[in-house]
Formats: sequence, structure tokens, C-alpha cells
Amino acid sequence: MSNHLMLTGNVAAAWGARLAGIDYVPAFPITPQTEIIETLARWIEFGEMEAKFLTLDSEHSMITAAGAAAATGVRVFSATSSQGLLYGMEMLYTVAGWRSPFVLVNVSRGLASPITLEPDHNDIFAARDSGFLQLHCSTCQEIVDGILLAYKMAEDRRVRLPVIVNLDGFYLSFTREPVDIPDADHVAQFLPSFDPFNQGFQAVAPFNEAVAVLGGSSYSYFRYQTHLAAMNAEAVMSECAALFAETFGRQYSAIESYRCDDAEVVFVMMGSFATKAKAAVDSLREAGQAVGLLRPFLFRPFPSKAFREALAGKHGVAVVDQNLAPGLGGVIHTELAAHLYGHSGDKPVLVSFIGGLGGRDIEQEEFFEMAQITQQAADDGHPPPPRLLYTSSELREIKKMQTIALHQGGEKCI
Amino acid sequence: MYRIRFHGRGGQGMKTASRILGTAFFREGYEVQDAPRYGAERRGAPIFAYVRASHNKIFERGVIRNPNLVVVADETLVTMPAAGVMQGVNTTTVLLIHSRLTSREWQDRLRLSNPVCILPLGEEGEAFMAWHFIGVMCAAAAARLTGALSRETFDLALGEELSGLTTSVIEENLVHARWAYDQMQNVQGCVHSISPIPASSYMKPDWIDLSFEDAKTSTPAIHRELTSEDVKTGLWRTMRPVINRDHCKSCYWICSTYCPDGAIRVDGDGRPHIDYVHCKGCLVCAKQCPNNAIEAVPEKEGDV
Repeated sequence: MSNHLMLTGNVAAAWGARLAGIDYVPAFPITPQTEIIETLARWIEFGEMEAKFLTLDSEHSMITAAGAAAATGVRVFSATSSQGLLYGMEMLYTVAGWRSPFVLVNVSRGLASPITLEPDHNDIFAARDSGFLQLHCSTCQEIVDGILLAYKMAEDRRVRLPVIVNLDGFYLSFTREPVDIPDADHVAQFLPSFDPFNQGFQAVAPFNEAVAVLGGSSYSYFRYQTHLAAMNAEAVMSECAALFAETFGRQYSAIESYRCDDAEVVFVMMGSFATKAKAAVDSLREAGQAVGLLRPFLFRPFPSKAFREALAGKHGVAVVDQNLAPGLGGVIHTELAAHLYGHSGDKPVLVSFIGGLGGRDIEQEEFFEMAQITQQAADDGHPPPPRLLYTSSELREIKKMQTIALHQGGEKCI
Repeated sequence: MYRIRFHGRGGQGMKTASRILGTAFFREGYEVQDAPRYGAERRGAPIFAYVRASHNKIFERGVIRNPNLVVVADETLVTMPAAGVMQGVNTTTVLLIHSRLTSREWQDRLRLSNPVCILPLGEEGEAFMAWHFIGVMCAAAAARLTGALSRETFDLALGEELSGLTTSVIEENLVHARWAYDQMQNVQGCVHSISPIPASSYMKPDWIDLSFEDAKTSTPAIHRELTSEDVKTGLWRTMRPVINRDHCKSCYWICSTYCPDGAIRVDGDGRPHIDYVHCKGCLVCAKQCPNNAIEAVPEKEGDV
């Protein structure tokens, strides 16, 4: 079989799990993720890979099963999306505190209400304080590679935390692209079998997992240990990425930097929409503008130092948040501002854009305009107020729908 | 870069068409992206799929806004705004329409001077009308229009994408695909690869500041009942269930219970009646009827 294939993001995720030699898949279906577990179920049924596959009754049970299985010392994979991730939210925090390393794929999809199918990052950002590490993929290749990196980081003794690998629904989940499938022998070198370390629960040697603590003092200790482990993951990731590059020849880092070296204005955005920004950067460069892109691949831990270094000397930053925290604004904008504040040196002007909510496309012209506005803000030193990417024709369309939804039918109106 | 969009109805094989074309480009050494965009995810509902192919790395993503080829498997979609067939069509976009009308007639109907290629439907293509081959036929015709894909490459791609099917089914698909490929002989290569929009001269986005509207207006609620009746989903059908009264036992419940859309009404005598304005043609009823009293008839032949 050729190792260069056309794969959807979902099948790429299944390949990542298969190559990682997973032992157990607790599963629950949800669009647009289901193809991942269907693919794994088929491979397992037809003997193409050896693992146990179990359908659970909800994402809450699924994440519990994943954490518990990892606690017995096996390699675990699971996948969910959107409402499902939120349904399992209680257990995300819980299993992270067990220090159970496993990999959970989230296929991003906007959250209700209104209920929808296409992607934004409010689902995955809802999990940002859970203790799970987060990797955000922008291509199908990164999904296979990201899952292997995620296991390597999760199982490292300086970390021992679960990792969410995020990919965008539709834009990656159902999109086929050429993907290099890493060679299984090389994967075995890169990612040896699971190291139970703090885990290894067995019926013949039981112990009490996840005991309660009363009083804030002991709670603080355990919670802060989770934080310290997460903070270790940035350095661990660069080590893993170096080994990955040595083994497979592909380079990864906490933040991908595209044409940034001499850039005055940079876009900051993550996920698959960031590749659209690359297309825009290429066009802007052709038009003589010094524009680049910084794309955080690692979002938890937040790559604070890497951002400060990459933004040193830049004039303006267009932060494009594909998420919205009502009453606050864009999450990446806020976090980036927090990490730049309080350090010496000149700061670039940050301009906040909200775009791509619920999979709303971001067009090339919009990137050009964002670059222009950010350049202007950098020249004046005054950022404009946050801008939602939303056009008058979109408003006309919603008004047309509201005519039907609210007013037609006369007396039936509320 | 080639930017190709396929428009059809669920069940016509638009996703498969995009994958076959994507694989053909991939085999020719192109960077490729192919994807379906599911809407209602129902047989007969409008669906589209797209393919990007380039010799350079592809950074564009998502729905194609500025296609250089639009393929229309079902001509009734052209006039349906929600299907978005004409979205982003510019003066150089080539249209390929599966139709009985001529290229000139379509140019006249759409008030376009764009090249319109016709994949003939009816008379001359009679033997090749079977609707379940339309996907591979569209893919083959599109392949020829690009001028970048040989028949051999296309055949291999088709075989790869349909590899789960039997040899005879693959062979039948190949026959139809080759016929469609041949139909495009005179227009081979009429689709040209186009470059992206330059950043030096672009149309400013027409952004607005969204203002507050009270919760009565700004919540996703529809303050009316039975709105689904207003949507004539019968237009989605490619196959029509027809009740054969000779075989129907008037069991009064099976087909009407299994119909996922409540489109089968049972009268006082236990006889089912199908609401063709709303029946989407999913054919669940035909599958469930224990007496096989419901036949599936191609929509074009089912007109009553």
C-alpha cells in the first residue's frame, strides 16, 4: 500500500490512533466526528488493527471510561465534538486530575444556541481550563502527526495529562487532502508502548484513585500540580517535535510562523482557517506588504514565551478569533494581551476581529482589509474597536428570514 | 489552480464525483482538496461538492467562491437560490449542465456569455440516462474539460474510488464515464486554471456594525406553526414511491408509520395516500411494505 493517500481529516484521525497502537476506544457518535469511530470500528472488526472498541451511553460515560482505562495502564483514544464535549465536561476536569494520559480528538462545531453543524472554537475553548493539553490542527497531515505527538507529550513523566487534539468540522473533518502515513516501524521507535508510571491499576493490586480532599490547602496542592505539569508541556513539546522531525522529517512547533521574519503586521489565528490566512499572506506579500501569520498549534499550555519572542518588534497584530465569549470578546485576543502585558519592550498594537463563527467563511478580501486596518492602527497607535466579520448582505439575508419567522401569518405572531 | 464545484441532489453521487476527480488529479501529481458540503443530508436534497487542484500547495479552504468550472447534474437546481449554483460565477467560469437544452438556450436563459457545455440528457443519450450514473458521468466530463486528465488516469481513479463495488458495477460505471468523457471531445481543455484575487486591487468587504435588537427579534425562534408545510420538499425527489393498489392490503399503518416525514395519510378505509408535495423520495415506505406494494419510479416517468 502506498503511504501517500487522499484522506479526510476524520480518517486521518483514525490513522493517528491506529498508528499509535491504541488498546481501547470508548466511543459515542456525534456529527461531524462519527466517521472517526466508524473507521476505527471497521478496522477493528475486520482485524486490521487490534484494540477493544466499546460504545458508551454518553460522552460523560465515554470520558470516564477513557480516563479509567488509561488508569489501568493501556493506551486509550476517543473522539467527540461540540455538544458532546460539553456533555462530558465534568469528566474532562476529573480525569485530568487523575493524571490519566490519553488522547481525545475534538472535531470543532459551533455550540447551541442556535444549534448548528459547522465549526468554531467555543466548544474546545470551553475545555481550556480542564487540565487537558490542547493541540489545534490546520491540515489533515497535522492530524495524524498531532495525535502521535499528543501521545508522546501526554505520556511523558514530566506531564502525565490527557491531550485534546482539535480539528475543524467540515473544513478538515470532511475534506480530503494528500497525507503521508508515517511508517509503523518509525512510529514504534518514536512512541514506544505505554508507560503506566503513576497508573497501572489492576484488580489483583487495587488502590484508591481520585480520593476526595477536604480543605483548600490540599486541594490547592493537587490543582497546582496539574498546572505545573501542563506548564512543563511546552518544553516537552519542543523535545517531542525535535524527535518527530528527526524520525519523520516534518517540523512542528508550539507556534507555526509563516513569513513572519520581516513582517510588520501579523495575523494570529488558529485551526484550519489559518491556512486561508496563509493564502492571503502570499497575496499581500505579492502586493508588497510585509505581512505574516502566527498560528498557535499548542494552545494549552499557552505558548507565552514563544509568542513574546515572535512578536518582538512587530507593529501590529490582527487577532482573528473564531470564537466569542459573550460579555468579553475574542478569547485569543484576551489571552494574548494578558501575556504581552507586564513585560518590557515595545508592544505591537493588537486589533481584535471575530470571524468564522459557526463556520462562516472568511474571504480573501476580508484578510486584505484586516491587514490594512491593522497597519493603519499600528501607524496611529490606536486600535479600532473589535470588529465582527459580518456584511450588510448577510444582515439583509437574516432580515429576510426574520420576515418569515416573526411577522408572516398575522395573528399567529407573538 | 482549478476550482471545480459539483451541484446535484443527494443520491446522485456528487460526493463520489468530487472524490473521483480529486483522486484523478492526485494521481497526476497535483496537490488536491476535495470535499462535500452536506446540507439537509437527505436523498434528493440539494448538495454540492468541490475540488481544488494545483501544482502548488493549496492554502485556500472551504467552499469555492470563484469557481472556474461549475458542474450541474440536475438542471432544476439552477433556479433554486438555496442551491447556490450560480454563486461566484464570473465571466470566465465554464458551466457544464446535464440537460436537454442547448448551450445557446442556457446562455439565453441565464443572460450569460460564459461557455456552457452540455452533457446531453434524453434522445441521443437515452441509453445513458440511468440517473445513478450521473455522478461518474459528471466527473468524467469535468475531467475532460480541464484538459489535464487522460482517460487512463480517470479510469484508474474511478476504479479506486469505487473499489468496494463489484467488478461488473465498476465496469458499468466505466462505460458511462467513457461516454461522457467522449462527449466533451470538442471542448477539451476549455477550463483554465486561474490565479487568486490580488491584494493590490480588491473589493472592500461591506462590513457593518451589528446593533442591538431586543430578544423578541434576536432569538432563533419561529413564531409560526407548521412552517415545514411551506417548504415543497417534493422537489427533492429523484425517485417517486407509487402505491400499487392491486397489491396494497390497506393495512392502515406500516408505510404511514415508517414515513419519516409524515407524508403518508391513511383514509377511513385504511388506504394510504402519499403527499407528493412533501414526500422527499427517501423510499423508506417502499422498503418497509411487506407486500411490496410500493414501487420506486424515476421522477421523470412518475409525472401524474
